[in-house]
Amino acid sequence: MEPLVHHEGLVVPLDRDNVDTDAIMPKQFMKSIARTGFGPYLFDAWRHRDPGYYGKPAAEREPEPGFVLNQPRYAGASVLLAGRNFGCGSSREHAPWALQQYGFRVLIAESFADIFFNNCCRNGLLPVRLDAARIERLMAAVDAQPGYRLRVDLPAQTVTTADGESHPFDIAPALKALLLGGLDETGATLELADQIRAFEAAHLARSPWL
Amino acid sequence: MARTLYDKIFDAHAVRTDADGTTLLYIDRHLLNEVTSPQAFEALRNEQRPVWRPRANLAVADHNVPTTDRRHGIADPVSRIQVDALRENCGRSGIEHYGMDDARQGIVHVVGPELGSTLPGMTIVCGDSHTSTHGALGALAFGIGTSEIEHVLATQTLITRRSRTMRVTLDGVLPVGCSAKDAALAVIGVLGTAGGTGHAIEFAGPVVRALSMEGRMTLCNMAIEAGARAGLIAVDDTTLDYCRSRALAPRGDAWERSALAWRALRSDDDARFDAEHRLDVSRLSPQVTWGTSPEMVAGIDGAVPDPASIDDAGRRASYARALDYMGLDAHTRIDSIAIDKVFIGSCTNGRLDDLRAAADVLRAAGGRLAPNVRLALAVPGSQQVKRDAEAEGLHEVFLAAGFEWREPGCSMCLAMNPDRLEAGERVASTSNRNFEGRQGAGGRSHLVSPAMAAAAALAGHFTDVRRFARAAGGR
Repeated sequence: MEPLVHHEGLVVPLDRDNVDTDAIMPKQFMKSIARTGFGPYLFDAWRHRDPGYYGKPAAEREPEPGFVLNQPRYAGASVLLAGRNFGCGSSREHAPWALQQYGFRVLIAESFADIFFNNCCRNGLLPVRLDAARIERLMAAVDAQPGYRLRVDLPAQTVTTADGESHPFDIAPALKALLLGGLDETGATLELADQIRAFEAAHLARSPWL
Repeated sequence: MARTLYDKIFDAHAVRTDADGTTLLYIDRHLLNEVTSPQAFEALRNEQRPVWRPRANLAVADHNVPTTDRRHGIADPVSRIQVDALRENCGRSGIEHYGMDDARQGIVHVVGPELGSTLPGMTIVCGDSHTSTHGALGALAFGIGTSEIEHVLATQTLITRRSRTMRVTLDGVLPVGCSAKDAALAVIGVLGTAGGTGHAIEFAGPVVRALSMEGRMTLCNMAIEAGARAGLIAVDDTTLDYCRSRALAPRGDAWERSALAWRALRSDDDARFDAEHRLDVSRLSPQVTWGTSPEMVAGIDGAVPDPASIDDAGRRASYARALDYMGLDAHTRIDSIAIDKVFIGSCTNGRLDDLRAAADVLRAAGGRLAPNVRLALAVPGSQQVKRDAEAEGLHEVFLAAGFEWREPGCSMCLAMNPDRLEAGERVASTSNRNFEGRQGAGGRSHLVSPAMAAAAALAGHFTDVRRFARAAGGR
């Protein structure tokens, strides 16, 4: 996983609440047993007029010009700005895979669903929670200023605008460390194998149902 | 110090906790399906890491499997690869696996409790958000992503933090014609789909105590639709009666010791929750969702709301967008909405009680599917549910009414197999999500109880199941 420490990028606004993971990555693409190749199908039903399937050639796709990601001014965006409860619903990690593979590195929203938030941090995709008033201001600014960019500093836990306004955000220390280090989390936990084994022996002994 | 049920289970599984609250949590049971696990197994293979405790895992093919005749396998080659990959991955790792033709196959959240593979006091995870279902047993159960699946397979632990706790107390008595599904939808209507974010919800109160285990599973299943990763219910006689004599439950002396320990799985009387909500369900009407989020719900005697009447701009926009997608006008009476298809099944409502409730309505009302209903599916949650239902003759009731009686699987809940809506089609569905495209691209989903789905199948539009109150029997 690619570490994320600082990031600066073009912002695209998706001004909707309750964007669910079925919308981010529709089920027909979850039939792949691979971890890659999802980027072209991100928000598939919103981004395209034709029905999509995994492996459908780009030349056969018919983009929906009204959808924000298809607007030329947002081409190359790497920061997604959204409303409340982003990533709700299904636990599918295919959703953060698709966002990351499309080119996003940072998601900024008023709130995120719990499972999705965790999944993002394990895929080099930083979810940033900001309050409603700040989100509203950022939405207005992105809309008003073509080429609007934001800078994110994960060690300092801030989002900074081009004119220097800084917004602080919270993130759990373990998830922050994962993003900063691009860590092999499983490998790190296996370093604690002796502790797990000792716990397990005692736990199984007192739990006859396991 | 007084503790909640959540805290008791969490504490009993904490291998270590860092100063900042990061906890290494031991996982007792890991359930696997074919959709979210292949990449995790691949990662383990790449790193040459073995599965830590194969017998802590149970794998079932459920999302992709066809619900029609399975003798010729899976027609869709891509689905077939996933189902085959699960079998091969489990075979290589020594993990118990129930394939499509196994007599124990079904939706993993139906199979786990029914076999006694999931039991009270356990920590249970699965790469599926509806893992919250198992919390009905007095367990801590929640959905995880594929990276976490890999972590659990390799280490039998998860890196996590303690959730905040919320208690939702359901007061009163569920009226005749209303079920656990109606209560769940009503709770989500009040809390909103993000109301439980960051929390584990314990469902409590007289209504919950009176529910069957099936009903409790329906309630906990839908906790995730209120944003909570986990739903929990305290252990009582109903729990123990359900678990006793399950195939994988402890027996004899081990049962006695287990049952004694499980009786302590309840929140202490003076335990404090981070949030408390109460809802009296005594005057509840059968619930029907009208929008594209489970919080967009109304009573059968109600109407589609008018977005113009909503003060909050974000919500107003969501409502307007939902009505546009659903092809509905504001103020439309819920009981005037006509349907094209009916789906009875899923990990929410695919258990024996659910099929009985639907069949009771079909029997009481008599007759067949309304002419405008193109397809009605009854999909048992597991092979065991199917056998039990057939032993009671329920399949004959469904077939006589014009339903198709199918093989177990997730089916039209998420439409990864051929059971799906076509664009513009409207379904009365006993599943859990009415998101855009969830049950088929362009499809329009209305979430209801099994009894309400059966009533709609006959009427051709939503209708108040209390018309058949005697038969619905309050289930």
